[in-house]
Amino acid sequence: MFNFLVQFIPRAVVQGVPLMYGCVGETITEKSGNLNLGTPGIMYVGGICGVIGAFFYENAVGNNMNPFLGVFIPLMCTLIGSLLMGLIYSFLTVTLRANQNVTGLALTTFGIGIGNFFGGSLIKISGADVPSIVLSRTSKLFSATIPGASKLGAIGEVLFSYSTMVYVAILFAILAALIISKTRVGLNLRSVGESPATADAAGINVEKYKYFATCIGAMVSGLGGLFYVMGYASGIWSNDAFGDRGWLALALVIFTIWRPGHSIWASIIFGGLFILHNYIPTGVNLANKELYKIIPYLATIIILIITSVRNKRENQPPESLGLSYFREDR
Amino acid sequence: MNEKIPVLQLRHITKRFGDKVIANDDVSMDAYKGEILALLGENGSGKTTLMNMLSGIYFPDEGEIFVNGKAVSINDPRDAFDLGIGMIHQHFKLIDVMSAAENITLGLSKEGKLNLKQTAQKINEICEKYGFEVDPNQKIYNMSVSQKQTVEIVKVLYRGADILILDEPTAVLTPQETDKLFKVLRNMKEDGKTIIIITHKMHEVLDISDRVAILRKGKYICDYETKQTSAQILTDAMVGHTVSLNIERPEPVNPKIRISVQNLTIRDKDGIVKIDDVSFDAYSGEVLGIAGIAGSGQKELLEAIAGLQPVEKGTIEYVDEDGFRENLLGKDPMEIANMGVSLSFVPEDRLGMGLVGNMDLTDNMMLRSFRKGKSIFADRKTPHDLAEHVVEELDVNTPNVATPVRKLSGGNVQKILVGREIANAPKVLLTAYAVRGLDINSSYTIYDLINKQKKSGVAVVYVGEDLDVLLELCDKILVLCGGKVSGLIYGKDADKATVGLMMTKVGGGDADE
Repeated sequence: MFNFLVQFIPRAVVQGVPLMYGCVGETITEKSGNLNLGTPGIMYVGGICGVIGAFFYENAVGNNMNPFLGVFIPLMCTLIGSLLMGLIYSFLTVTLRANQNVTGLALTTFGIGIGNFFGGSLIKISGADVPSIVLSRTSKLFSATIPGASKLGAIGEVLFSYSTMVYVAILFAILAALIISKTRVGLNLRSVGESPATADAAGINVEKYKYFATCIGAMVSGLGGLFYVMGYASGIWSNDAFGDRGWLALALVIFTIWRPGHSIWASIIFGGLFILHNYIPTGVNLANKELYKIIPYLATIIILIITSVRNKRENQPPESLGLSYFREDR
Repeated sequence: MNEKIPVLQLRHITKRFGDKVIANDDVSMDAYKGEILALLGENGSGKTTLMNMLSGIYFPDEGEIFVNGKAVSINDPRDAFDLGIGMIHQHFKLIDVMSAAENITLGLSKEGKLNLKQTAQKINEICEKYGFEVDPNQKIYNMSVSQKQTVEIVKVLYRGADILILDEPTAVLTPQETDKLFKVLRNMKEDGKTIIIITHKMHEVLDISDRVAILRKGKYICDYETKQTSAQILTDAMVGHTVSLNIERPEPVNPKIRISVQNLTIRDKDGIVKIDDVSFDAYSGEVLGIAGIAGSGQKELLEAIAGLQPVEKGTIEYVDEDGFRENLLGKDPMEIANMGVSLSFVPEDRLGMGLVGNMDLTDNMMLRSFRKGKSIFADRKTPHDLAEHVVEELDVNTPNVATPVRKLSGGNVQKILVGREIANAPKVLLTAYAVRGLDINSSYTIYDLINKQKKSGVAVVYVGEDLDVLLELCDKILVLCGGKVSGLIYGKDADKATVGLMMTKVGGGDADE
């Protein structure tokens, strides 16, 4: 059992980290009252943008890769790509006051389309005979671990064996939690999501907060896509392999009752539940495997039921989540 | 105060909404240091719009604003704070899940870290100075309406406001809470603050204000020193013609029991007792008033009679002309409505129950009649005629009957709601807060309507908040306190202090509890 856990936990963590990025990003966004259902698309775009940057850098320099640029270029590509997605969403919902649900869903479809288009193009350019792009050199740069961690035995394996982006994700979650609950910016952000009219009357620039929260949230979510390719999939991009992770991140926001701090353990649990089907002997019947895959969603529904029944006001979503705000609206 | 220093001067302010609606038309007025100025006007006369331009919610299309003699431009609420102008809106701008301290410090950006202890200390200082009671750590959703209002006022003072604007602050308060508020306002006035108060309640205007400014149809009419005026003068100036300020109370003719409620107990979804062992009878040709602090079970009681609220215990019987009793419990709302029991409930947001904001007048009339008609197509002719009739009869101010209800002002919306319910020719008319937020002229139209129904033999149950009106209009008044019957008194014999006491204590005595 112990050996199993030592083997299982790191896999769950690696599975969970893309969700953690997505969840933290979406929580920041939702705290401003923007329900960004475009998150799956944003994470997908974040992934493909990183791949595009890495692909052209690898092809341009061949084996003489500069470690800094090898990380910096894909990272910037991801941040810019997901920032653009966040800007599209903010412009449509905040400035033009379009319906948030429709905009978000359209953005997801759009993002996945973009990702698959460029993914397919790159595969064609590379002339590979399998439908995927392999960026193992970039992936290696991203996977640098703490030296000597493997010598610490089980503890090292479970706690210190990960690449930098894993710790960055945890850092982001803690930072987001602190900013939201302890600072003035966080208080203002929460008030915008709860009641924009109140925030406005208190002299808070509602549009600015919504724009910034959505764009920063999108960039954080986009990093989840990048980590998926470079950290989890060892630099291999194939179209649609990202799967349902974006939707899981959205479910995780509800699961963590809008508290980014909780996303640290919750995303790891979700990651574990997500891969649990690989560890349960199901025999040849693949239908059973599919059944196990729904466990994370079941967990979300259960959390929703529990929070609804307990009906504590602090555990409810931001009150104006999903609504547009216009000051002179009557 | 020997010399009057104008702290606020408005000059030729005009504000339009769209092409046709002129909310404020060339308004010029002043407010002085250390005075309480009441702003009086009918619904839709542009009081709130004018004040919203001071607090930075709207921006004037034309005209200038001077604060302390300097021309200013108030582009958003932050500009208003910086000028020392604070507004307490009719609908509180507070965030429920946050504490009082968090709400009060919201939007202030002196330092990055949130120092709630320091905030709490400053709040306590303000409270002590003016006589407020606020617990900085209490969450807003745990507060009563009056407590929330206090937080709003402290919030404005915390920002260093010298000019306070209160938009209908007493609409949701009990008489006792109103007294408390007025005491605080007087303290602030002593401290040299300028207070502008919007209210419809004439006796409050006369009680609290030093000066009254009157707006009519967006235009500034005149101002009066409160000491040298009277309710009649003010009302006439406000409406533009002479209005009779007496509410009629015709003697009930041949009253018979119509609705008989016995030992009624109602629990809400959370299992809290909302109505506790309540018994009363409503007679035909009589107006039965129901008084009580907001949330004392009025809503649940009316809903139970209309069949919208599950009942735990007790009976509700409808008694017809021949004395035949029929139990209303267990019948669905449709059946009850068909028996002639009609409910018009005006919630705080006016549109919440009974009317659909985005639908036009005809469609809203159809909400009552859509099941009628023989073909599979809905009959639009009858409701259209009814809408025309209501508009004409009740003098509803609307471009036409195809206008979405949402676009009309509150008073007109209420006229439509009440008009539709009355058009059903009910045997029992249940109304709640029918004049909520209405100006004096529209209110009197509604009182007339109610009296007309009463004279035609309808049993009227009237839930109201304004005690003065309840005492004048109703034949009997049932006082509720915390879901219990606190007493039943005759309108003729009742006085306000007694009813006010009964609202806060069962029986009105001061012995127990």
